[in-house]
Amino acid sequence: MSQYVLRRLLIAIPSLLGISLVLFVVLALAPGDPFSELATNPNVPAEVALALRAKFGLDDPIYLRYVHWLNAMLHGDWGFSFVSRMNVDTLILQRLPATLYVIGSAQILALLIAIPVGVYAATKPYSLFDQVANTLAFVGFSLPTFFTGILFILIFSVTLDWLPFVYTTDIKGTGIRWVLEMIRQAIMPVAVLGLFQAASMTRFVRSAMLDVIRLDYVTTARAKGLGQAKVIVKHVMRNAMIPVVTLIALQMPAVFGGAIVTEQIFRIPGIGSLLISSILSNDTPVVMAVTFVFACLVVLFNLIADVLYGWLDPRISLR
Amino acid sequence: MLDKELRSMIGDVKDGRMDRRAFIQRLAAVGLTAPLANQILALGGVAMAEGASTYKPTKRGGGGALKLLWWQGPTLLNPHFATGTKDQDGARLFYEPLACWDPDGNMKLVLAAEIPSIQNGGLAADGKSVTWKLKPGVKWHDGTPFTADDVVFNWEYAKDPATSALTIATLRDITVEKVDDLTVRILFNKPTPFWADAFVGAPNTIIPKHLFKDYTGSKSRDAPTNLSPVGTGPYKFVEFKPGDLIRGVINPDYHMANRPYFDSIEMKGGGDAVSAARAVIQTGEYDFGWNIQVEDDVLLRLEKGGKGRTVYAVGGDTEFIALNFTDPNTEVDGERSSMKTKHPLFSDPAVRKALSLLIDRESVKKAIYGRAGRTTANFLNGPEKFVSKNTSWEFSVEKASKMLDDAGWKPGADGIREKDGKKLKLVYQTSINGPRQKTQAIVKQACQKAGIDVELKSVVASVFFSSDVANPDTYAHFYADIEMFQIPLSQPDPSQHMRRYMSTNVSTKENKWQGTNFPRWVNKDYDATIQAAEGEMDPVKRAAHYIKANDIMFQDTVFIPVQHRLKVEAAANNLRPVISGWANESDNIFDWYREE
Repeated sequence: MSQYVLRRLLIAIPSLLGISLVLFVVLALAPGDPFSELATNPNVPAEVALALRAKFGLDDPIYLRYVHWLNAMLHGDWGFSFVSRMNVDTLILQRLPATLYVIGSAQILALLIAIPVGVYAATKPYSLFDQVANTLAFVGFSLPTFFTGILFILIFSVTLDWLPFVYTTDIKGTGIRWVLEMIRQAIMPVAVLGLFQAASMTRFVRSAMLDVIRLDYVTTARAKGLGQAKVIVKHVMRNAMIPVVTLIALQMPAVFGGAIVTEQIFRIPGIGSLLISSILSNDTPVVMAVTFVFACLVVLFNLIADVLYGWLDPRISLR
Repeated sequence: MLDKELRSMIGDVKDGRMDRRAFIQRLAAVGLTAPLANQILALGGVAMAEGASTYKPTKRGGGGALKLLWWQGPTLLNPHFATGTKDQDGARLFYEPLACWDPDGNMKLVLAAEIPSIQNGGLAADGKSVTWKLKPGVKWHDGTPFTADDVVFNWEYAKDPATSALTIATLRDITVEKVDDLTVRILFNKPTPFWADAFVGAPNTIIPKHLFKDYTGSKSRDAPTNLSPVGTGPYKFVEFKPGDLIRGVINPDYHMANRPYFDSIEMKGGGDAVSAARAVIQTGEYDFGWNIQVEDDVLLRLEKGGKGRTVYAVGGDTEFIALNFTDPNTEVDGERSSMKTKHPLFSDPAVRKALSLLIDRESVKKAIYGRAGRTTANFLNGPEKFVSKNTSWEFSVEKASKMLDDAGWKPGADGIREKDGKKLKLVYQTSINGPRQKTQAIVKQACQKAGIDVELKSVVASVFFSSDVANPDTYAHFYADIEMFQIPLSQPDPSQHMRRYMSTNVSTKENKWQGTNFPRWVNKDYDATIQAAEGEMDPVKRAAHYIKANDIMFQDTVFIPVQHRLKVEAAANNLRPVISGWANESDNIFDWYREE
């Protein structure tokens, strides 16, 4: 087992190197520069912007820049943002809590809806409940978050005036008031993201359950006279959840990566909004760091999913 | 004539026969802006008046929280590193300049004790130096006194190229010296009619020497104060998250009486202009929304029964269409739009004039800019005293067609005009931005009616405005026939703006497209006029030179002005923001208050 994990970690190194190289080259070849705002400012002569480009090493050949970046990264130096001249790691850590809170809650909400609904729908396939759940699931994952987000804002903020639609990180008040405000302002983004996730996950849980529920051992369990609840929870669910766990594990990097569209709509200062604003302003060190961390997380959670597999189903052996 | 009249008017103001306001209005009537009129008076021997304040509160504080929404949040708080106005806006909450500009373009004192004039000895008669007296008793937020050393330090800090300060542009050609603890003198290497640039306005705020002196040059990025400013401003720094949030609290020792009004301030970033307008005007979650570039009918709809309103400020920003005087389709020595070529169509002035007749500025105003735009025939639309009254514009497809007919451009079988085998086909480029694409559509339609085929092209803003030498799609390469954008007039003076188009500044491969004259227009008269203006200390003659320069551009149809754009902001109904078209939005933040 530990040998397996070690081998997988070693294999990860070349793939991460490859990923970083591709990311770096693509970003370096992308047009635009971080000082474009200066171009139309008649106060700033063009040579000032050009001198800055040279100082930040933007005019060096790509391979040289990559080697510099890799070397600094290996020493734990993530570089600094061209736009805010702040260290990239501070910038990312500053944005992480909001993303973890909102996206994490959305994932939990999705699970809380998807598992019971999916399981119940699978026990009574093609019943009225199943039909309704299916229809709602289709509606749910057909509606993009930028649409539902704006719809929610129009209904709950503009018309009903119940919820704020600008997310603030510095809520005034302490104790219970702070907690309540935190929850209040997260309701809309969490609902938008959570319901979207829940929709597709419900379908997934349902089909995983249906695959298992028809197997002979389930019939055997029923024949032994076990109650419906016990059969579903102890016998069916345990096996049906294996693919679901993989799915969840593979979604975990997204919890750290943020949701670009939703964060933008609700002005959540998370990783997603950092990524998009950095892309728009050609702030390559930040874009590079965020995407690379994301790549690392994907590799890591893939490994975790595989390990979990072996633990959930002892028949799968890891060699 | 203008010259003589002005002189006698200045005399009248000096003797008290004419009041200052009447003088400014008269000058406005001949096309000079208020800030310039004031500087004219200053140089003519009448001290520049400080703008009147509209501030009503009679005690400091008690106004609660002020919530600002900047949909592009500030990403850094050291004014010397600010790449865009948003960063200057954020830094301005804590740092202050010597003086700033009020909505009428009058100078307003901040850290300076008096406005330099010839009478008080602040201005040298030859225009080669200006002496500023500093307000006594001003303290940095940490209690250290503010002195002339701080001002001199800012100059030393920024002019060092290793610091990579962007304010180097303003500070590298001047010398700043300390006269005494509360007096600084700025020396110019040539007569400088517009002396209020260095240390004036939000882009040129002053940082404390005692906290930055160990972090100059290549160490500039390590200064802890870069992220937690200690200034002299109305609000003290509390918290900063780049691109997201700035927070401050009232400075109880602020050097202006009864100010500030608000107990705390918050500047939130992120999102887009439309939802920012919604959060201020419709739901009232925020008090003020910055730079609300939203179509007017959307704003009108939000304003109906809303909790806020839009606020406008007039400056000198002109949205224009520039014509390429070189051929973008012929490559000479690896360079398109080379100075060795001439534009095949625009070398005929009739084509340029006809094109100008085809820009329906009124429709662009009605359909797109609404209250945020004004139609104009001039490239230079401010300050008022520099605006030409000699020009006019009209929209007429018939006249344009006739002009082209007369010049020999006859419609071909496909309806597109041609002459000597050259077809009237144009590539029209601009940056990606809603109003710009709509303007393109309006222009294209009119051109089609007149038999000109227009191909539209739009480029992502971060590419279009980049200084990337290798990218052919930048506005400076100008590999198209016409292009549209605006260059903001960032101070109430046209000198930097107009200098761009001298023939020595053409943008070419040789200068890596850093030349500022992107239409690559060459006109000896224009060069001579600008040169004369830059050496001219007499404000009246100087203004006349710039008006003439604008008129030469108009005669040659170098630019077709599309719209004189106003600043648009959103504010809560009871908020009284002070917004100047000549300054950053937060430049007068100390005078903001709420009507009870």
